[in-house]
Amino acid sequence: MGWIIGGRLKLVSLKEVMEDEIASQEWFLPGNSCCAGCGLEIALRWAIKAIGPKVAMITPASCLNVVIGLWPKTAPNFPQFNMAFAAGAATGTGVDAAFKAKAYRFPGKGWEEMTSLVFAGDGGTTDIGIQGLSGAAERNSNILYVCYDNEAYMNTGIQRSSSTPHGAITTTTPFGKVRYKKNVPRIMEAHEIPYVATASISHPLDIYDKIKKAKSIEGCKYIQIMAPCAPGWGYPSEDTIEIARLAVKTGSWILYEVENGIKTLSKPSKPLLDPSKRTPIIEYLSKQKRFASISEKTLIEIQDVIDHQWEVISAELRCQTDYLK
Amino acid sequence: MIKPEIKDFIQNKETIIIKGNVATAYAAKSARVQVISAYPITPQTTVVEKLSEFADGGQMPGTQYIKVESEHSVMASIIGASMAGTRTFTATSGQGLFYMYEMVHWAAGTRLPIVTAIISRGTAPPWNIWADFSDLISCRDTGWMSSFCATHQEIYDEILMSYKVCEDYDVLLPKFVAYGGFILSHTSKPVIIEDQDKVDAFLPPLPDEKGWPHIWISEKRPIMHGNLIMPSGFYSEFRMKIHVAMLEAKKKIKTVTKEFEKVFGRNYGNGLIQEYKMEGAKVAMLIYGDLALQMEEAVDQVREEGYKVGMVKLRHFRPFPVEDIRDIAKKVKILGVVDRAIAFGSQTGGPISCEVKTALHDTQGTAKVIPMMNGIGGRQVTLEQQKNQLKTLIKFHETGELPKDMIFGTYWDGLLEVD
Ligand SMILES: Cc1ncc(C[n+]2csc(CCOP(=O)(O)OP(=O)(O)O)c2C)c(N)n1
Ligand code: SF4
Ligand SMILES: [Mg+2]
Repeated sequence: MGWIIGGRLKLVSLKEVMEDEIASQEWFLPGNSCCAGCGLEIALRWAIKAIGPKVAMITPASCLNVVIGLWPKTAPNFPQFNMAFAAGAATGTGVDAAFKAKAYRFPGKGWEEMTSLVFAGDGGTTDIGIQGLSGAAERNSNILYVCYDNEAYMNTGIQRSSSTPHGAITTTTPFGKVRYKKNVPRIMEAHEIPYVATASISHPLDIYDKIKKAKSIEGCKYIQIMAPCAPGWGYPSEDTIEIARLAVKTGSWILYEVENGIKTLSKPSKPLLDPSKRTPIIEYLSKQKRFASISEKTLIEIQDVIDHQWEVISAELRCQTDYLK
Repeated sequence: MIKPEIKDFIQNKETIIIKGNVATAYAAKSARVQVISAYPITPQTTVVEKLSEFADGGQMPGTQYIKVESEHSVMASIIGASMAGTRTFTATSGQGLFYMYEMVHWAAGTRLPIVTAIISRGTAPPWNIWADFSDLISCRDTGWMSSFCATHQEIYDEILMSYKVCEDYDVLLPKFVAYGGFILSHTSKPVIIEDQDKVDAFLPPLPDEKGWPHIWISEKRPIMHGNLIMPSGFYSEFRMKIHVAMLEAKKKIKTVTKEFEKVFGRNYGNGLIQEYKMEGAKVAMLIYGDLALQMEEAVDQVREEGYKVGMVKLRHFRPFPVEDIRDIAKKVKILGVVDRAIAFGSQTGGPISCEVKTALHDTQGTAKVIPMMNGIGGRQVTLEQQKNQLKTLIKFHETGELPKDMIFGTYWDGLLEVD
């Protein structure tokens, strides 16, 4: 299977995935206690299809810590460790260090093939865990860090996080959040780690490709996956994929990857460089109860911010093209 | 008379004159730790510096040294490395220990045999970086074992012994090895660094590729750890087992201490406590850490004056040597307990005093315990003071009279005048 061709991402086909011995299997098993239509479950299923079972997954406190299986039940069919809220990136670093130490002591036993994976929520990543994550990135620790972004603290009952978007109602922003979403992928880019990407559960093959590529890179890799949450966002559970797709189609969640400093827009987002191709944001916001209270003025402001975000990214891409010439 | 440690120095090529913190780094090297993670804090800093020199300078082949951004990440990464089945080491002090507190509990709950040196210092505010065991004591109920060192050599020896205890499959608990900041960490003394083959025979590198019996990483065994557990699940039982394992560890501490003496020729009592001149003593002082070393001198001098006093050096705080304390309290009439840490709001002295009193409360005909407080925040403790402390006990024994200026039942020695 050729997901990396000349350093470029090639979209894998569903057929290829289904024919792959590891990817065709389910590793995060049914019977877990995710809500119906949970976005994070889709993110995790596809991530592990791409990584396979030679992995140690660290999960800081989050929805995932709970839904992954009430003791003694366990849904992951691969090694998984629940961890304290702020401890994801550092624990992943320690696990990787142990793999390296074991590869030295017991060479040829496959320890060098192991992946240290951190799978954390947006709270565990963008708030309480950001210090540890920044530390790991600065050290270029050999971890694959995935943030599933459901834009609030869902486990503790839908409180705001720094990843919650402007205008969204949460239990701690009952009148809508004032501040905008913290742009953590950009913060990770600034750490100049070898790989940063954004993804969405509406495009699982894109997740698959990005994880597969990240896995093959030595050093710190960061992938943030948009993972809508039906109860937290207020939409019918069967609409999860559609909502995630709208986040991409409206251009509010831009899919791209940054490999060794080179930014590339991913296929689903690329056409949106043309503003006329962007679905108006109201189509995304109006389908979710969390945005029920936003005014017309706020709506216009949000649309403006999205368009501005695109101006920035296209200017950035133009600069990059000039620079690379 | 040539002191035994100086004699060793002359006779043994392996003896070097080093700071206590350097002894710590040597111990980690001798123990062949595989993963180190650390963050600098006074007075621990020279440990991380020396370890960097060892690890980055190729003297610890295969060892991974993670230089993290905070103590929370220190313990998190050490937990990750230990879960993945490697021998791990770190060191910290005061505020650093407080910052990693959440993860300290996590390590014990995961039953990981992590050894951590605590170079004890006072707690802020106001800032204080000098010897005071309030940092270690605040981890009393974390599920970690803990011990105190009184000499430079003991630091090196105790770290080696600790790995052997912690990694025993019947124990599998983490352990703090504590010693007073500056007093031991930054002074130099002769320390015997043992031959690597000899250490390897005593403490072999981890034999099992997978690591520990209860937690390991393999695609063939998709283990999961730390799930949410309902009150009806085994939570109480897991916690009870930590408690029982720690108490059972007393036996292991004793056998390892004996074995250590056989191999390396250095005696540390029964491991839990070490008696000093207790023959015929009716009055004794229980004391821990570096203060015990000078107290030995005080005991010698007071004995020369004709009083039969003795000393008990407390080596382990957790597990607490209840049986040994009871035995001692049966032999003596008065037992002073010197704490270098405060138990705020307690009326039975400092933390160790409280433990001693608790250990004795339902036993008949045991010594009267006199709580003392000395050297808080690294305040200098003189030999003269320690002799007077012994004499205070003697006076009480002879006349039943206690000093008038005790504060809520505790004799605070060396306080400045305050209004
Ligand atoms: C130190 C600490 N503070 C607070 C909590 C409570 N807590 C557990 S999960 C959580 C929110 C998790 O949010 P996120 O990372 O976004 O994951 P989600 O639940 O949304 O999947 C909080 C606040 C905790 N477990 N530990
Ligand atoms: S609350 Fe949201 S994120 Fe959590 S399990 Fe349910 S759907 Fe998934
Ligand atoms: Mg969240």
